[in-house]
Amino acid sequence: MSARTWLARPELGVVAAVVAAWLFFAVTAGDSGFLTLSGTASYLAIAAELGILAAPVALLMIAGEFDLSVGSTMAASGMTVALCTTELGWPLWGGIAAAAALSACVGLVNGLIVTRTRLPSFIVTLGTLFILAGGTIGTTRLLTGRTQVGGLEDAGGFGAAQKLFAGQIGPFSITLLWWVGLTALATWVLVRTRPGNWIFAVGGAPDAARRLGIPVDRVKIVLFMTTALAACLVATFQTVQFRGTDVLRGTGKELEAILAAVLGGTLLTGGRGSVVGAACGALLFGMVQQGIVFSGVDSDWYKVFLGAVLILAVLLNSSVQTRAAEARR
Amino acid sequence: MSHETKGLAPILEAEHITKRFGRITALEDVSMRVHASEILCVLGDNGAGKSTLIKTLSGVHPPDEGRLLVDGEPVRFSSPRDALARGIATVYQDLAMVPMLSVVRNFFLGAEPTRGVGPLRRLDLREGEVVVRAELQRMGIELRDLSVPVSALSGGQRQALAIARAIHFGARVLVLDEPTSALGVKQAGIVLRYVMEARTRGCGVILITHNPHHAHMVGDRFTLLNRGRCEGTFAKADITRDELIRRMAGGEELEQLQHELRAS
Ligand SMILES: Nc1ncnc2c1ncn2[C@@H]1O[C@H](COP(=O)(O)OP(=O)(O)O)[C@@H](O)[C@H]1O
Ligand SMILES: [Mg+2]
Repeated sequence: MSARTWLARPELGVVAAVVAAWLFFAVTAGDSGFLTLSGTASYLAIAAELGILAAPVALLMIAGEFDLSVGSTMAASGMTVALCTTELGWPLWGGIAAAAALSACVGLVNGLIVTRTRLPSFIVTLGTLFILAGGTIGTTRLLTGRTQVGGLEDAGGFGAAQKLFAGQIGPFSITLLWWVGLTALATWVLVRTRPGNWIFAVGGAPDAARRLGIPVDRVKIVLFMTTALAACLVATFQTVQFRGTDVLRGTGKELEAILAAVLGGTLLTGGRGSVVGAACGALLFGMVQQGIVFSGVDSDWYKVFLGAVLILAVLLNSSVQTRAAEARR
Repeated sequence: MSHETKGLAPILEAEHITKRFGRITALEDVSMRVHASEILCVLGDNGAGKSTLIKTLSGVHPPDEGRLLVDGEPVRFSSPRDALARGIATVYQDLAMVPMLSVVRNFFLGAEPTRGVGPLRRLDLREGEVVVRAELQRMGIELRDLSVPVSALSGGQRQALAIARAIHFGARVLVLDEPTSALGVKQAGIVLRYVMEARTRGCGVILITHNPHHAHMVGDRFTLLNRGRCEGTFAKADITRDELIRRMAGGEELEQLQHELRAS
C-alpha cells in the first residue's frame, strides 16, 4: 500500500487518538495504577464489551443503517436469560438460547421493517428501543414484582457458562478473547469476502448495488440480526458475571457503540468505515473512561472528553468525504 | 465500415415504443436499432425522453406499447438483470461505483471473483487485479495502483473503468447516458476515445447526449428525439454537423437567440 492510501485509511485518526490518550494517561495517571497490569485489564474489559457491540454496529453503519435498539435488546435478552432460569427453572443454556432466538427475531423485525417500508432505520429502531425497553420492564414486573432478578448461580450449567462468558485469564477478562476473535472475524468478512464487498456497496451506492444484483435487503437484514445477536452476547456476559440482571442493563449502549464506530472512521452516511477502527474507538472509550478514574478526576467527566473527541473525529471524516467528492469531479 | 450494416440483423431494436408516466407521455412511437460495431447517438434536449428511452431498453421501465427485439427475437425485460443477461449493459450517470472502494473492488462489484469453498470462500483480489489490468490495457488505460479508491480517479478514467467493466462482463450493446455531460473538454475527449474503442471491439454503442459536437465526432448514425417523439434517424454521410446542430430540438430557437444577442 502506498503512503497515500495509508493516509486515506479510515482508522488513522482513531489510532493516533488511542496513542495520544495512552501517553496522556501514562503521564497524568501513570503512578496511580493506569500502567499496571490490572489497570490495563480494567480498561480492556470495558473496551471488549463495547467493541463486541461496535463491530456489527460499524458494519451496519457502513451499509447505511443505524440500530438504536442495541441497548434495549441487551436489557431484553439479559432478562430473558434470567427469567427463563429463575422463573421457569430452565438450565442456563436454555435461557441463553431463548435470548439468542429473541434477539435474532428483534434484528429480523428491524431489518424487515426497514427494508420493506423504506423508513429510516433511525426511526424504526428508535421505536423498537422503546418497545423492548417497556416490554422488558413490564414483563419482569409482571412475573417477579421487581426490576432486578438474581440467583443465576443455582441454574444448571452455570459453572461452564461462567468459564466461557465471565472467566479470567490472569488479570484479564475472557471477554477480551471474544472481542479479539469477533473483531478479526468481522474484519475478515468485511474486507475479504463477497458479502463484505456488498456491505460497502449497499451503503455507498444503494441504487447501483441493486442494479448490479447485490441482495441489498438481505445484506441489511442479516446485519440487523448481527447487531442484535452481539447485544445478546454482551448481555449474556454481564448477566453471568453479575449472576443476574436489571431491566435497565444496556441503557445507552447503542449510542456508545455508534460513538466507537464513528470515532473509528465509519461514515454516518455509509459506504466507508472499518471494524478495526471501531475496535480502536472502543479501546479509546475504555481508556478514557478508566484513565479519568485513575487520574483522580471525578469519573463523570469522561463523557465530556469523549464527546469532544467525537466531534473532532466527525470533522476529520467529513473533510475526507469532501475531498473525495471533489476528486470525483 | 460500420454504418454499412444493412445486411446484418441489429443486435438491439426498439419498435414503436410508447411510455407514459401518468399523464406525461415521455416517449411516443419511438423506433431505433443498433448493430454490432456501430455507434448510435440519441440526441435531444433536456426532457426529450432520452433517459426514458434507455431505461426502457435496459429493463428499468417496461414499455406501454411497442416491443424490443434482441437479435431479431422479441424480448421482455422485467429488470436490468434480464437486459444484462442478453448483453445489454447500461452505464448510468452514477456509473454504479462506490466512491470509497478501490478500482478492483468496484470493477467486480456484485460479481466478485473468489477462491476457497464453504465458509472459507473469500475474495480473490490478486486474480481480480490481473483481470482489471488486462481489461484496462485493452482500452488503452494505464493505472499504476489499482487499490486506490475510484474517487481518486478523474471523471474520464471512471467512465473508462465503467465501460471496461461492462465489456468484460459480456456487453454486446453498451448504453451510455450522457457520459460527457459533467466533464471538461479534455476528459470528454478521453471518454469519446473509449467509446470508439468499444466499437472497435465489436460492441454496439448507444450514446445518449445533448451535445451534437460530441455526437458528430464519433457517431455512425443519429436518432433525434424531441418531446418524446422521434424526429428521424440519419447516417453520418447524410447529415453535416451544422445540420445536426440545427435539427436538434431548440436548434431554431437557439439561432433566434443568437440573432437577438448579436442585435443587442
Ligand atoms: N419516473 C418518471 N416519472 C414521471 N415522469 C418522468 C419519469 N421519468 C421521466 N419523466 C418525464 O419524462 C420526460 C422525459 O424525461 P427524460 O427521459 O429524463 O428526458 P432526458 O433524459 O432527455 O432529459 C420528462 O418530462 C420527465 O419529467
Ligand atoms: Mg437524462
